[in-house]
Amino acid sequence: MDGYVLAQHRAHSFYPVFDRKPDAQHQTHYCPGCGHGILHKLIARAIDELGIQDRTIFVSPVGCAVFGYYYFDVGNIQAAHGRAAAVATAVKRTRPQSIVISYQGDGDLAAIGSAEILHAANRGEPITVFFVNNAIYGMTGGQVAPTTPVGAKSTTTPFGRSVENEGYPLRVCELLAALEAPIYLERVALGNNKQITAAARAVKKALEIQVKGLGFSLVEILSPCPTVWKMTPVEAQRHVRDELAAIFPAGVYRDRSKDAVPWNAPARPPGDVRGMLGIAPSNGKKPAPPGTFVDQRIKIAGFGGQGVLLLGEILAEAGMRAGLEVSWLPSYGPEMRSGASNCSVRLSTAPLDSPVVSSPNVLMALNEPSLRKFLPDVEPGGAVFYNRTALPEDCRRQDVHFILRPFTELADELGDARAGNMVLLGAFLQMSRALPLEAVGAALAHMIPSERLRALDLEALERGRQLVKEILP
Amino acid sequence: MALHGNLIVSIEECKGCGLCVEACPPKVLHLTQQLNHCGYHTVEYTGQGCTGCGICFYVCPEPGALAVYRLAA
Repeated sequence: MDGYVLAQHRAHSFYPVFDRKPDAQHQTHYCPGCGHGILHKLIARAIDELGIQDRTIFVSPVGCAVFGYYYFDVGNIQAAHGRAAAVATAVKRTRPQSIVISYQGDGDLAAIGSAEILHAANRGEPITVFFVNNAIYGMTGGQVAPTTPVGAKSTTTPFGRSVENEGYPLRVCELLAALEAPIYLERVALGNNKQITAAARAVKKALEIQVKGLGFSLVEILSPCPTVWKMTPVEAQRHVRDELAAIFPAGVYRDRSKDAVPWNAPARPPGDVRGMLGIAPSNGKKPAPPGTFVDQRIKIAGFGGQGVLLLGEILAEAGMRAGLEVSWLPSYGPEMRSGASNCSVRLSTAPLDSPVVSSPNVLMALNEPSLRKFLPDVEPGGAVFYNRTALPEDCRRQDVHFILRPFTELADELGDARAGNMVLLGAFLQMSRALPLEAVGAALAHMIPSERLRALDLEALERGRQLVKEILP
Repeated sequence: MALHGNLIVSIEECKGCGLCVEACPPKVLHLTQQLNHCGYHTVEYTGQGCTGCGICFYVCPEPGALAVYRLAA
């Protein structure tokens, strides 16, 4: 091999090893001859060439490409079926400098996700959508899709798709071209090497439009599915070229990239919204104290009746009054009445991308099952508040801070065991200093109408603060 | 004729779909009789006539199954 240089090989934007299967760490999970692999390579190549690997976020919803995160060495989010365009919208708006790719199949984008894509395109979200159209549901085994050709047999149209029963194939590029906002819409195919080269150009152009901040771009890719079509890979490629391309003509359906002006993040609403809603003094938003960065990812868990959800709501309400970005996400199973209940709260000085807390830095465990369930998830260095004076023998960790106090019993001494959550809240406030006391007081005044209970809650709060002062003078 | 290009196939990654065999302009690729560990007849370069055009790489669905080399100018 002397004198030779490497001309074409694996793109840098792929992981060196694919961790999904221990016995096949370099292969994708796609069938032989699948168009997804080809398109993955075109996207990875474009990411390499544009130098955007470290700020790309790839959103993969349900479909054969659901495992995108095993292959692309970029930021990855897995979205619910059809919701990739909505998730991509949120990601782009909270992280405007990122390059957000929504990678969707035709069952995903054109059926269950038809509302999301239509509105994302209509709003002109400056994201890039790669829409893989193989005219069938691949992952689930070959059911009719909105894009299936008339007359084509599928497991759910065994006599062929009929216009009377299933309607006509949905042409997404043509549909979106009726909207004002999209900047770039093109349909390409993977039917031979010429078409693949054209697809490579379209993929790169769509991403370039996002890099320049011009607006919404979508590339529809007619892609072979040899397995479900019951064809050899070569026959499937020919089918794309001859049959699919006749129903879905390739071409540029919209290109305003030359005239478009760079997009700016939507302006904040005019006026003093907080003042209008009466949730803060009308002199506007209270800025966070200078130099303080708050990022509390809190998981609160216990059984129904311990005030788990209310504690979370009070934290979120107080955080909002303190000028922080907040979220509150409750979780309680219908299958376990008066059973386990938990909620996730985020308090942050930065915009929040997700209300889900998967690695909390604060755990408030009000009973033992909750401690056992969530303790392994706590980030090293995090704080764990547990409603007992000792940990169970077999449930320990060395790398987190424990605050072990019988919050419920302490509240009972004050007159009502139900205020145990407030004792815990007091301990948390004293320890983290994430929230000013006035904000918590205002939240309580707003959320606890009964003066008697509110007085008890404030007493319990103070008891909790004292607890921590005793531990950390 | 001088060799302009060369092709290295990763036998473990090739799934034997044959798209590269179909697409190769000088027709210098074929599928082997042997099976790899996954049970696929993988692609093989005959050793003569590769131009280094890279078309096989673009039609191949696997990220790293093919590596195309070109003779440095």
